Amino acid sequence: MLTKRVIPCMDVTDGRVVKGVNFVNLRDAGDPIELAQRYDEQKADEVIFLDITATSDDRATTIELASRASEELHLPYTVGGGFRSVEDIRRMIAAGADKVSINSAAVKDPTLITTAAQAFGTQAIIVAIDAKQVPGNPNKWEVYLAGGRTATGIDAVEWAAEAAKRGAGEILLTSMDRDGTRDGFDCALTRAVARAVDIPVIASGGVGKLEHFAEGIIEGEADAVLAASVFHFGELTIREVKEYMRSQGIPVRL
Amino acid sequence: MIAVVDYHKGNLKSVERGLTAVGADARITDDLKVIRDASAIVLPGVGAFTDAATEIRETGQFGVLIDRISEGVPFLGICLGMHLLYDSGEEHAEEGLPTAGLGLIPGTVKAMPKADVRGTQYKVPHVGWNKVEYLSKRPNPLFEGIPDGEFFYFTHSYVAPPSCETIATTSHSITFPSAVQVGQTCFAVQFHPEKSSDAGAQLLKNFVKIAEKA
Repeated sequence: MLTKRVIPCMDVTDGRVVKGVNFVNLRDAGDPIELAQRYDEQKADEVIFLDITATSDDRATTIELASRASEELHLPYTVGGGFRSVEDIRRMIAAGADKVSINSAAVKDPTLITTAAQAFGTQAIIVAIDAKQVPGNPNKWEVYLAGGRTATGIDAVEWAAEAAKRGAGEILLTSMDRDGTRDGFDCALTRAVARAVDIPVIASGGVGKLEHFAEGIIEGEADAVLAASVFHFGELTIREVKEYMRSQGIPVRL
Repeated sequence: MIAVVDYHKGNLKSVERGLTAVGADARITDDLKVIRDASAIVLPGVGAFTDAATEIRETGQFGVLIDRISEGVPFLGICLGMHLLYDSGEEHAEEGLPTAGLGLIPGTVKAMPKADVRGTQYKVPHVGWNKVEYLSKRPNPLFEGIPDGEFFYFTHSYVAPPSCETIATTSHSITFPSAVQVGQTCFAVQFHPEKSSDAGAQLLKNFVKIAEKA
C-alpha cells in the first residue's frame, strides 16, 4: 500500500535556507543540502526547495543547488518558485531536479502545464495553488498569486481540476488563510480539491502540532503533508510525526 | 566499469552518484564502444517509452544492449529502463500501435488503471514510497540484506505486465511487477533505488557485488 508522505519544505534564497533554522548539530544551518540530509535520516519522504526570490542572479544559484542535490541527496526533491517558461523548467530538470512546482506561470498560461508534462513527464510537474476562502462563502476558495497579494477571481477547486486535466502530476495546495497560523490545515479546502482531482494532493499551510498532520490526511484526504517551521526549529521531528500518523492508522514509511 | 547509458532524455547524475557512493566505478556514457566494453550496464529511467525507445534505436544503443544482455553482462534497468526490456510500450505511442522495446520480456507496458477491480479510485501517477514484496521465499541476490516488504520510492504512470520474469511485486490500483530478472544477471526495477535512501543504496551495492562476481 502506498504510504502517505511527509515533506519538509525549505525556503531558499541565494542558495541558503531562510526563515531561521534552529536545528541541533548542524554544521551549517543555512545549507539546504545538509538540512535535507538530516531530514532523510529522519525518514522524510522527499523534500521541497522553494526559491522565494527567484531573481535572475538567484536563479543561477538555485540551479547550482539542484545540481548539488542530485549528487548528494538520495531522496526525491522538488524545486519550486520562479519558473516562467518551459525553458526555465528544462534548465532545472537538466540540473537534476526530480520535479518542479509551478504556480503563477501556470495561471497566466495554463498551456505551460501541458507542454511541460509532455516534455518531462506528468510526474515531474507539480502545480502549486495558493488559495484563500471567499468571505461569506465557506465552501469557496479563490486562487491568489504573489504570495497571497494578488487575487485572480479563479475558483481554486476548478483550477486544480483543470491543472490535473492539463497534465499536472500533483497539486501542492496551500491555504493562505492558515499559512503561518499554526491552527492546522484547511481540511475543507484540501478535501474539496482532493475529491476534484485524480492526482495526488499535498496539503500545506498551518501545521502547528502533531494532530494536524493526521487531520490533513484523514479529514483533508490529502496524499502528503508539508510543513516547514515545525521541522526547521526542531519542535517536531519527522520520525515523531510519522509515528503519530501510524498510531492514527495512517500508512507511513518508518 | 559500469556504464550508465545516456539516451539524452534527462539527468542521470543521481544514478551515477548512487553507484559511486557504494564504491562502484560508474560512468554516464552514450558511447557505443564504452557500453560494449563495460563490465556492467545500468539503463536508467527518464522520459517516456516511445521517446526513449526511438532514441535508443536511432543511436544504435538498441543492438548493443540486446547483444550485451544476451551475453550475460550484469544489467540493471531502472523504471523506464525496466519498461524498455518488454516487447512494447504504449506511453506516447499512437493508439493501437505500441512502440517496440528490447523484447527480452513478453508483454506490453500499459497505463496504470485509476481504479481497482472493485471500482475503488486510486491516484495516478503512483508516486511515493510503497512496499516491494518478494515472490519467492529464497532471497534474490539483488535484494540481499533487504527485508521482504521494504519501502522504495516510485514515480510512474505506466506498469509492466505480469510474466514469469517477475521476482517482486507492488500493489496500488493493481498488483504489478516491481522487480524482474532475466537469466542470471539481468535485473530491472520499477522503483528508483537512487532515490530510495538506505534501502536503495543497499540494492545498488548488491548490484555492484553481482557485477564484480560476474
